[in-house]
Amino acid sequence: MALINQAIKYEDPSEVKPPVTSIGIIGWVKKNLFDTWFNSILTLLAIFILWKTVPPFIKWAFVDSLWYSTGAECHKAGGACWSVISKNLRFMIFGFYPHDLQWRPLLAMIMLIGLLFYSRNRNRWNKSLVYAWITGLFVMGLLMRGGLFGLASVETTQWGGLPLTLLLAIFGLTAAYPLGILLALGRQSKLRIIKTLCIIYIELIRGVPLISLLFMSSVVFPLFLPHGVTVNAILRAQAAIIMFTAAYIAEVVRGGLQGMSRGQYEAAESLGLNYYQTMRLVILPQALKIVIPPSVSILISAFKDTSLVVIIALYDLLKTTQSVLSDPKWMGFSAEAYIFIAMIYFLCCFFMSNYSRRLERELNTSN
Amino acid sequence: MTGINNNVQSDKISFWYDPDKRSILYQMGTLVMVGLLGYYLLSNILSNLERQSIATGFGFLQKESSFEIGESLISYSAADSYARALLVGVLNTLIVSFIGVVLTVILGTFIGVARLSKNWIVKKLAAIYIEIFQDIPVLLQLFFWYAFFYEMLPSPRQALNPVSGVFMSNRGVVFPVPVFDKTYIFMAVALATGCILVFLLRRWARARQEKTGALFPLFKVSIAILIGLPLLVWWLGGAPTQIDVPVLTGFNFQGGVNVSPEFSALLLGLVLYTAAFVAEVVRAGIQSVGHGQTEAAMSLGLKPSRVLNLVILPQALRVIVPPLTSQMLNLTKNSSLAVAIGYPDFVSVAGTTINQTGQAIEGVAMIMAVYLFFSLLTSAFMNWYNKAIAIIER
Repeated sequence: MALINQAIKYEDPSEVKPPVTSIGIIGWVKKNLFDTWFNSILTLLAIFILWKTVPPFIKWAFVDSLWYSTGAECHKAGGACWSVISKNLRFMIFGFYPHDLQWRPLLAMIMLIGLLFYSRNRNRWNKSLVYAWITGLFVMGLLMRGGLFGLASVETTQWGGLPLTLLLAIFGLTAAYPLGILLALGRQSKLRIIKTLCIIYIELIRGVPLISLLFMSSVVFPLFLPHGVTVNAILRAQAAIIMFTAAYIAEVVRGGLQGMSRGQYEAAESLGLNYYQTMRLVILPQALKIVIPPSVSILISAFKDTSLVVIIALYDLLKTTQSVLSDPKWMGFSAEAYIFIAMIYFLCCFFMSNYSRRLERELNTSN
Repeated sequence: MTGINNNVQSDKISFWYDPDKRSILYQMGTLVMVGLLGYYLLSNILSNLERQSIATGFGFLQKESSFEIGESLISYSAADSYARALLVGVLNTLIVSFIGVVLTVILGTFIGVARLSKNWIVKKLAAIYIEIFQDIPVLLQLFFWYAFFYEMLPSPRQALNPVSGVFMSNRGVVFPVPVFDKTYIFMAVALATGCILVFLLRRWARARQEKTGALFPLFKVSIAILIGLPLLVWWLGGAPTQIDVPVLTGFNFQGGVNVSPEFSALLLGLVLYTAAFVAEVVRAGIQSVGHGQTEAAMSLGLKPSRVLNLVILPQALRVIVPPLTSQMLNLTKNSSLAVAIGYPDFVSVAGTTINQTGQAIEGVAMIMAVYLFFSLLTSAFMNWYNKAIAIIER
């Protein structure tokens, strides 16, 4: 060893720089894109595919596109026709809501987004926020429906577009949550008949597609009602969505309940709490906290699933877009219109899923 | 029944505070309420049906359907019964689900592995794919692909020709297929025989390994049997090579297999959507096996292929398979959205039946029963599989 040490002349380690090929941009590229021959081939292939797809798309979407024009001009041009959106935006967003009153759903949506944005921070989750939500939802309903405080009344048959989509998702989830908790408690219950009924309900609903429930709401549900009683189509679809979502929430909540250790139940029992008190004061507050992230995923799928009401001819965002596209003036521009509403759906879901991931991290560290 | 509070002095407890009696009371109450609700709804239904003079029962299944179905795997005409029309619908649902599941697993695994690639650009592309396709409603994606086939693709005369012999136009996709020959039936028989042989060979190899410790190159031999046997039969049968290539004649293609735009759009939409979820499942499964497992297996002197087969896959599959099955089930359930783009799946045929006969309750009940059957079948398989691969603790 000593001999070798003498033979090699050491440089001061702080002065020796790594070779230029392993630092900076070149180093990064080499390490992340070209470290083996297989990776090099993959990189070249990916770049080739991007080169073939991205520039033509940009040319179509931005360079050759028309933003404010008539349908006839669009048919002559070669690029994207975003005019189909700019000319029909109000109908796509608000559906058949009376044109002069469209500020009301707009205000309701802004309120909703504001409330959601405010509730983002977990430090603000307290009783006053719950009251704020209840008041908020009430005011939003009032804005949509009218009929009080000098607001002109708007029939629910005229509701449509994005407000309807949001309404079905938000009310669907808020109503489904308590129902889902009850079902989950029922499934975990020791009372055999109640347990069996809950299991039958949950497995039945989870086994069938949402569309069959929507069919049921539109063709079978009217038969359930006594003669002369009718319920409007939006409410029926909403009921189907609630029934459907509740079964999925029940399974998520059950996961949380099963995550509770036996000691929690025993401790609550030894304090002399009855079943109702045990659940309300000890088990549910902890179990529901665990299941917040999966609940957000349910919210995301409920939001996406509201698009299925198209099939029973409710005018949600997707249906208003389709009816614009069936107008002969704007026929043939499906790609542009669908890309636009896909972006709306994507942004909503993307924020929700990002939020769910953040929440998961926060809850993990606090445990 | 309640067990916990069931102490010795139970006969001294007053009626209301005896948990056993109370639980019976609660359950009776629930049962009575559910029963009353059921009775109320049933009586409403019966009186409504009577007033609208709609028949009840499944007698309509034998009647003539008198509607055409666009595509069918079995022979069907408007003169056939409703029962046969519904059977056509079930088969259409099954075929799109089956092909969809196979393609989804392949694409999803591929993207899931790409998501974990060391290659930065591949990793990011996979992540973007997953994020985009997960966050757009599947129905919107179906509409998009449907519009893609009908509006964006050219007419058959200018059909796109991505691979030689395959044509894409607004009439759908046409593939070349081998011309039918008796040999193909024997090849299928040979493949089935091969599967049985491999199964027996596996048992024999395992038994021998347990007895003597000698390893048998099972994988290579199995592949050789599975590929070699049908190939041998093909060669013995005179090696038929004739292929039916689609040719443009007039306004459409002749020959080959024509896949309708509806079917293509449905398949494309379902596969691209579900593959994004499957990719996440696969990624989570692979990540769940710690790196230490690989290192430990290698330090035992196992070959890389054995590390994968004996250590990594058994653990990863245990994590992957349950959510994978539920994604497969989701794909099957989502195939019911075919009704929105006019592919005659079961829901679509049942919907037409409901409109024609007015027997909504029977129709919706049948839709639910069919999908429930699929999902019960799947969960039965899941339970069996979970038991089979569960960690055996000593």
